[in-house]
Amino acid sequence: MPRLHVLVWLGIVCLPLGAAQATAADLPPLRYGADAEGGAPYIFLDPANPSRTQGFEVDLAAALATELGREINFSQKNYENLVLYLERGEVDFVMNGLEVTADRVERLRMSRPYYVYTLQLVGRAGETRFVTLDQLQTLGLTVGTLNETAASRLLKQRGISVAEYDSQAEPYLDLALGRVDAVLLDLPIAEYYARPNPRLQFLGEPLAPGHYALAFRKSDEALAAQFDAALLKLAQRGELERIYRKWNIWNDDQLQLADPNLQPLVAGASSQAMTFTRYLPLLLDGAQMTILLSVCSMALAVLIGLVVAVMRLYGPLPLKFLAVTYVEFFRGIPVLLLLYVLYFGISPIIFRLLGVSLGEWERILVGIVAFGLNYAAYEAEIYRAGISSIPQGQWEAAASLGMNKATTFRRIILPQTWRVVLPPMTNDFVALFKDTSIVSVIAVVELTKQYQMLAKSSMKYVEIGLATAVLYLLMSVPLGYLSRWLEKRLGKE
Amino acid sequence: MNAVTLHHVTKRYGARTILDDVSLAIPAGQTVALIGPSGGGKSTLLRCINGLTTFDAGGIHVGQHLLMPRTSRETASAVRRMFGMIFQDFQLFPHLTALENVMEAPLQVLKQPRAAAREEAQRLLARVGLAERADHYPRQLSGGQKQRVAIARALAMKPQGLLCDEITSALDPELKCEVLDTLQELRSDGLTLIVVTHEMGFARRAADQVAVLADGRVIEYGSPDKVLENPQVERTQKFLRQVLA
Ligand SMILES: Nc1ncnc2c1ncn2[C@@H]1O[C@H](COP(=O)(O)OP(=O)(O)O)[C@@H](O)[C@H]1O
Ligand SMILES: [Mg+2]
Repeated sequence: MPRLHVLVWLGIVCLPLGAAQATAADLPPLRYGADAEGGAPYIFLDPANPSRTQGFEVDLAAALATELGREINFSQKNYENLVLYLERGEVDFVMNGLEVTADRVERLRMSRPYYVYTLQLVGRAGETRFVTLDQLQTLGLTVGTLNETAASRLLKQRGISVAEYDSQAEPYLDLALGRVDAVLLDLPIAEYYARPNPRLQFLGEPLAPGHYALAFRKSDEALAAQFDAALLKLAQRGELERIYRKWNIWNDDQLQLADPNLQPLVAGASSQAMTFTRYLPLLLDGAQMTILLSVCSMALAVLIGLVVAVMRLYGPLPLKFLAVTYVEFFRGIPVLLLLYVLYFGISPIIFRLLGVSLGEWERILVGIVAFGLNYAAYEAEIYRAGISSIPQGQWEAAASLGMNKATTFRRIILPQTWRVVLPPMTNDFVALFKDTSIVSVIAVVELTKQYQMLAKSSMKYVEIGLATAVLYLLMSVPLGYLSRWLEKRLGKE
Repeated sequence: MNAVTLHHVTKRYGARTILDDVSLAIPAGQTVALIGPSGGGKSTLLRCINGLTTFDAGGIHVGQHLLMPRTSRETASAVRRMFGMIFQDFQLFPHLTALENVMEAPLQVLKQPRAAAREEAQRLLARVGLAERADHYPRQLSGGQKQRVAIARALAMKPQGLLCDEITSALDPELKCEVLDTLQELRSDGLTLIVVTHEMGFARRAADQVAVLADGRVIEYGSPDKVLENPQVERTQKFLRQVLA
């Protein structure tokens, strides 16, 4: 029996050893990180077959794999944190339209450039007021772009009012809707999203060229050098031209990629200068927006929530049904969806009918309304439970004193309800502080978004992260104390 | 003159008849003790008189007002102005101080000016012996004190009488006295009191009339001497044996 046991054990150990020896010669596949979500024409999901990615960078990765004789696999990572995943070792390199910037050169090993981007100004069809950035600046118009890009830096540098978006389709949507006056973005993006849209037109010549490059860890010098050589060969053989022509992004600027002595164009100043005193005011701006959004949304939620709760408890049957439907509907759909529908669907119609334009306040207003509607569903349920928890005897005592239902509700039931609902309401309020960060999808920059932008550009993820956390705590902790103080003041039986 | 007159009042919950053709006259200024076995319909009777519950047949005269099976809201609230109701479990408003509890209805219903309401409330609290507890919240008061605040709160609406539903049942024996003493004083002030009670001593001492309610019917009605000392009905005798045992 013991002998058999040992034999079995030996067999188990030896089998995987043999398997490992057989593959030891081959190198493991490389993983490249990028975000396929809304990233056309770089990398995006094939609309005909969403389980497949496509884009000029996907084609480039395939060409590099062939050139290097090594498998390269795409790994989906959130665009905001691509560099973090690289540093954590979850991917071997990043290729996602990363511009060569001073900060990246300092912190990462940037490869040879693989594309020369330029920035393209796009306006609505028939635009006659401007063709240059200078004209935009003089007219005081607003330009949409992606946050933390060469385009956004350039616009800010020129003192032009900027609306910063998270992804590439939205700025052009808002341009067509008349919410921004122009969009400045990298030429490949403009080619893909703006060129086919008859309501938009390119304005002026592309400007401010820069380079996209792959990003490696500094410690992976040997690997990066192999890629540099491979990129040069692909450029010289015309392979790059073939790929870029296929995606309609080839132009004469790309000829320089075949030059072995090409020096990278480094955009943006080093943000070593991104010191505490520089980023704190920006974070405080973000915090201010977070507070504005949360407080206004909560006020709206309390108001609607109370009405819905009362309708459900005391209303006639149709109103009861309406209240139940409200709660189920707004609790059931994600706020993100609500934001999109309100901002791109409903709000443009309303504002066109009203014939007014609120500028950037429209986005903030839409954010407040979306969160107000969503949280009202939760508040309504809290109030309903709170109101029902007040003993029936209180209604009778008030009635026997001659008070009518409305007076009883307002003077006797509601004040007692506040005390009951205060703790769950405080929870919701604190959650709202954090939830409101979603409004960045409609280009409202609050605290979390501001953090992401600052951290991404300066790569001080931890330091600025701590400062941001402290700001969030400064908002939520006093709220907890305030709630407990109020609870005490309202009195507990 | 009768303060309250019930004419053939019938009240059902579903198929169960809770009050069965009850007729009863309560003279103004008198104290009537309402006794009887638990579940006999005493609370229901008081709630009918106060318009807190509707009934299915008959009518109730409260002063010049007549409550009917389909009484308007106005009649119900007029009736409530004539009689205050005191509950076994006090039902003070926990978010208001003793003084505010007493002031609330005069302010909201009678629209009295705040200063006048406050002065009157202070006078009423003094009358039930709680002048120095005016600023206490209900949670800071003993059961007996709470019940006396509830009495002051009802008196603030200047009613002609009070409906008291087992108002000492939740109290310790030594606290019962302070509440019952308060009731006795009100009686001497000329208020009409309809008191549901299990305190036979109080009924004997303080009541002008005693009504025995069992299975939804008034089975015996008369002076305490007659009803308590010399009951005629078998059901009353049985009930008295049980409570006095
Ligand atoms: N809201 C109600 N619904 C159904 N039955 C009730 C209700 N209130 C009281 N009852 C019934 O009516 C009967 C009389 O109750 P009640 O008037 O409280 O009696 P008492 O006060 O004499 O003990 C009891 O059997 C009780 O179960
Ligand atoms: Mg009872």
